Amino acid sequence: MAYSEFFNPELETLSRPQIEALQLQRLQDTVCRCMGSPFYKKRFDSIGLKPSDIRSLEDLRKIPFTTKQDLRDTYPFGIASLPLDKCVRLHSSSGTTGNPTVILHSARDLDQWANAVARCLWMVGCRPEDVFQNSSGYGMFTGGLGFQYGAEKLGMLTVPAAAGNTRRQIKFFTDFGTTVVHAIPSYAARLYEVMTDLGIDPRRDTRLRIFAIGAEPHSEEQRRRIEDMLGVKAYNSFGMSEMCGPGVAFECREQNGMHIWEDYYIVEIVDPDTLEPVPDGTVGELVLTTLNREAMPLLRYRTRDLTRIIPGDCPCGRKHRRLDRMRGRSDDMIILKGVNIFPIQIEQVLMQYPELASDYLITLETAEDNDTMTVEVEMKEQFIDDYALLQNMERNITARLRDEILITPKVCLKPFGSLERSEGKAVRVKDLRKKY
Amino acid sequence: MTIHQLSVFIENKSGTLVKVLKLLKNEGIQLIASTIADTAEYGICRIICSEPTRAYDVLKAAGVAVSLADVFAIELDDEPGRAADAIEIFAEAGISIAYLYSFLLRGKGVLVFRTDNAQAAADAIKSHGLKSIPESDLYKLV
Repeated sequence: MAYSEFFNPELETLSRPQIEALQLQRLQDTVCRCMGSPFYKKRFDSIGLKPSDIRSLEDLRKIPFTTKQDLRDTYPFGIASLPLDKCVRLHSSSGTTGNPTVILHSARDLDQWANAVARCLWMVGCRPEDVFQNSSGYGMFTGGLGFQYGAEKLGMLTVPAAAGNTRRQIKFFTDFGTTVVHAIPSYAARLYEVMTDLGIDPRRDTRLRIFAIGAEPHSEEQRRRIEDMLGVKAYNSFGMSEMCGPGVAFECREQNGMHIWEDYYIVEIVDPDTLEPVPDGTVGELVLTTLNREAMPLLRYRTRDLTRIIPGDCPCGRKHRRLDRMRGRSDDMIILKGVNIFPIQIEQVLMQYPELASDYLITLETAEDNDTMTVEVEMKEQFIDDYALLQNMERNITARLRDEILITPKVCLKPFGSLERSEGKAVRVKDLRKKY
Repeated sequence: MTIHQLSVFIENKSGTLVKVLKLLKNEGIQLIASTIADTAEYGICRIICSEPTRAYDVLKAAGVAVSLADVFAIELDDEPGRAADAIEIFAEAGISIAYLYSFLLRGKGVLVFRTDNAQAAADAIKSHGLKSIPESDLYKLV
C-alpha cells in the first residue's frame, strides 16, 4: 500500500511564513487561555502586560520566563489554565530534588500529544503494518503512555511491554514479530547483551528494524553502536514531561538533527547566563512555549537542556527546524577543578573503542582535598587476554579523555557485567565529593 | 598441539577470585595450575584445569568474564637446565613468548606458554623432539 511520507501532510510541509503565521495565531490564543491560570494572571498583572500586547512573535520576549522552580512553587495545580473538571490526566516528575512537578492534560491535549508522537514515528517509516513494542516504563513516566497512544494513533499493533524483564521482552520480539521498539539507549544495549546470551541473532531471528531512542543523553557513537548491534535504524527522540513527554522533536530519516514541531512549540535558544537569544548554530539553553495545549500551557519554559538549532534546510522537505543532539542539561554539567564537563563528552571518547562495552560510570571523589575523577568502563565479553595491550589501551583512553575534558581522569577497565545495571535511566555519574 | 587455558578477567577486589574458584569447585572441576599477575585494578587469572570447555560454560553462565586460550604445554624432565634448553630453542627460532609459567606434576616439569606465532612454535617443538602434552594426558596425570 502506498502511503504519504507525512502523517499530517499540510502541517508538516508548511513554509516558514506559514509556520510563523500559525505560531502567532496560536500564541495569541495561548496567552488568552493563560489568563485562566492564577499563576500567569498574577505574573502578567504584576508587569502590566495584557494578552492584547502580543501582536507579533517578537512580542513573545515581553513575557517573563517560566522555570522549573515556578512549577514547584505552584505545586500541584497552580499553573493550570483549565479547572480540574476539564482535565483528564496528570503526569508528575519524580521530585528527587524538591517538590515534584505536575503537568495536567485535557482530553484534547492528550489527543494532540498522541498526534505529535504518531507524526514522529511516521516520519521514520513506521506504518500500520508494524508491530510496536514499548520497552519504557509506564505510569508516571511519560515515555510509556506517550508512545503508547502515539503508536495506536498511527495504527500499529502495540505491545505495551513496559520496562524490565529483558528475557520476556526478547520473547515478545520473536513471538510477536516486533519491528519497532522504543527504549532508552542504555537499555537497547542491554537487550543486545541478553539476546547474545540466549543465542538470538537480532538480524536472523527477529524482524526488528527501527528503534526510537531517547530520554537519556547519548552520543552519535552510541547510536551507531546500537544500529550495528541490532541491525536497525535508531532515531533520536526528544521530549520532556513539562512539554507532555515524547513527541517534541524527533529525527527524520536523514538522522541529522531532530525536527521540532513548530506548530506545537515556539523554540528559543538563549545564553543560559544572560538569557539573551543566541544565533542559529550556537549552543544555548532551549526555551519552549507550548502552542497546542489548553489545560496547562507553559510560556517561555526554560528546559535546562543545552542544544543548538542546526542552520539550513533539511533534505526531507520539512521546514520545522532541527535541534542538534542534546549536549546535556545545564544541571547535569560536572564542574571539576573549574572545568565544565558533560558526561556525554566522556561517552563519545569511550564509544570509539570497539573493545569497550556500553556501560561506564564516572565517579567524582575528594582525595586529600583534591577532587578526582575516575572513569570505570566495562570491556566487552571477549576481553583482551594481554596485560600489555590492556595497559596500553588504558593509557590511550586516558590521553584521549584528557584531550577532550582537559583534566586527567583515572581510567579503570572493568569486567563485562560488573557495573550495576539499571532498568530506568542509566546512572552515569556518582558525585562523592566533599560538599562545603 | 595446544591445550585449553581459561583466562578470567577479575577485579582486584576481595571476593572476586574466590567466586570464580567456588564455581569450579561446585562442579567438581580440578585446578591443575593457575597464575595471576598483580596490577592495581584488575588481573587476568589463567587457569589450567580438568574439563576446560565445561569450566568455560560454567563460568560464562555465571556471568564471569572468561575466555578460552590455546597455549602450549611442554613436558620436561625434572632436572636442572631443562627449561633453559627448551626456551633456548624458541629463542633461536625467533618465537616471542607472551607469557609463561611452569609447574611440577607427578615428577614431571610442565612448561605452559602462549605465543602469537603458534605455527612456528609447533614446528620447533616437532623438529627438536620436545614433548608437547596432549590435553587428555594432562588430566590423566592429575
